[in-house]
Amino acid sequence: MDILDYTAVELAGRIKKKEVSVKDAVMAVLDRIDKTENELNCYVTIDRDGALMSAEEVQKKIDRGEFAGPLAGVPVAIKDNMCTDGMLTTCSSKILSNFVPAFSSQAVVNLKEAGAVIIGKTNMDEFAMGSTTETSYYGATKNPWNTDHVPGGSSGGSAAAVAANECYYALGSDTGGSIRQPAAYCGVVGMKPTYSTVSRYGLIAYGSSLDQIGPICKDVTDCATILEVISTYDPKDATSVKRQDTDFTSALIDDVKGMKIGVPKDYFGDGMDEEVKDAVLRAAEVLKSKGAVIEEFELSLVKYAIPAYYTIASAEASSNLERFDGIKYGYRTNEYEGLHQMYKKTRSEGFGPEVKRRIMLGSFVLSSGYYDAYYLKALKVKALIKKAFDEAFSKYDVILGPVAPGVAPKLGESLCDPIKMYLGDIDTISANLAGLPGISLPCGISKNGLPIGLQLMGDCFKEKNIIRAAYAYEQARGKFGREDR
Amino acid sequence: MANVISDETIEYVGILAKLELNDAEKEKAKQDMTSMLDYIDQLNELDTTDVEPMSHVFPVNNVFREDIVTNTDDRENILKNAPEQKNGMFNVPKTFS
Repeated sequence: MDILDYTAVELAGRIKKKEVSVKDAVMAVLDRIDKTENELNCYVTIDRDGALMSAEEVQKKIDRGEFAGPLAGVPVAIKDNMCTDGMLTTCSSKILSNFVPAFSSQAVVNLKEAGAVIIGKTNMDEFAMGSTTETSYYGATKNPWNTDHVPGGSSGGSAAAVAANECYYALGSDTGGSIRQPAAYCGVVGMKPTYSTVSRYGLIAYGSSLDQIGPICKDVTDCATILEVISTYDPKDATSVKRQDTDFTSALIDDVKGMKIGVPKDYFGDGMDEEVKDAVLRAAEVLKSKGAVIEEFELSLVKYAIPAYYTIASAEASSNLERFDGIKYGYRTNEYEGLHQMYKKTRSEGFGPEVKRRIMLGSFVLSSGYYDAYYLKALKVKALIKKAFDEAFSKYDVILGPVAPGVAPKLGESLCDPIKMYLGDIDTISANLAGLPGISLPCGISKNGLPIGLQLMGDCFKEKNIIRAAYAYEQARGKFGREDR
Repeated sequence: MANVISDETIEYVGILAKLELNDAEKEKAKQDMTSMLDYIDQLNELDTTDVEPMSHVFPVNNVFREDIVTNTDDRENILKNAPEQKNGMFNVPKTFS
């Protein structure tokens, strides 16, 4: 067996038993990168020397017993919107093309303290605004299953890197589906935990009330293990919640007897790809055969999640992105007269079209005269959506549905019509508005050879329900990979 | 409800957003914003009388700490990324003339 085929947890086990060295694993990943990265463009930055140096240090600490955790020695890729001390962090934008942070985000610190070796920083949609990784200033990432197709987004580089074995696992961030959708398009597992579970300290903000960091990885066991490591209370993030129940691996139980699973009819409406629908409903049947109680229901309000989301996310983005002013860090325009022109030219040259579009919309919906009609209205609709989920979770342990209405589109098909692109987020966006955890895992392959994702959502702080259901489904499904096409 | 975004509105939003758009970009921004706002107007189909706007899904409180310095002098690191610095400070262009 090629050591690249191990999951993260399997690899750490082999390293612990001294069957594989940390350097072997890093070298294997770097060799794979040499072979496939030119075509795929998963990374913005690859830190070969740093990874090899870190491999030696981590190995020593494993040998001394200082790193004994389930991820020690495993090479990881980090989405390029999480600050990494001394390593370029661009958010896939020109405006941060020269930004080398002097600190690391808390999630990255947690991984390093667990013995992770950072391979590099993965490509993404600029400032995480997009669903295809095509808005990156550093070129699109391609889907390893078929390079004519997008990997999804915004964490497309992370998902593609995991699918192509250019790392063992990756961190992504999810504001409207940016972990779950690329995971589905690339045939890997991705999870957005409950809002406030993973510290956002050092995550370059997009929509602060929606952003969450989470794992993108090869299977559900890796997913629970990684999440357990990165979920810590952090006073540096004012929204961080002190949780006592982050022992997520305790939910890796192959038993769903009596579990109540709701399937929202509204997630299977117009515009839904038949193949995706069939694969997702087959997954529901699998859980039913294992003893879960499956019931269809009407969630309601689903179509209103998209306009509410784009109002709120753009408003928050317009405020968060004010910090990019050409003074403290990042790009500054070459020629200008006075402060104001410097601001305007720097930002106009530094941001790409999709980012500008959302900053403009956000500035508008927050401006006096429009604030009540748009921004406050969206916050009220958010309250209604949350209430609809509260009602659903009073009846069900888990909500099961698709991750996206279709499989990965072709490169270049999505960007021409923004609203059409936004509609593709319909199945993931509500979880962000309501703060809910959601997991995406592969449940089939389309006729044209692209993976299909299954989404399981739980009530806030009930990650264990969805991990348990996902694990039970995965056990029944068996291994899933590109070789199964 | 059809939204009409005037030239003045785009100009004003450009000032708020600190973005300088050329004429073609302005035209495009007008179209994009019009279609987005038309789309967002769907929200008006919902009756939200007496609904409290929800900014956070959980009650969020301020996180207070004692007023004690815990970090060290990190000036060099903080300035490392500055496009221009002078005498240990950020250097900004002329703000008035």
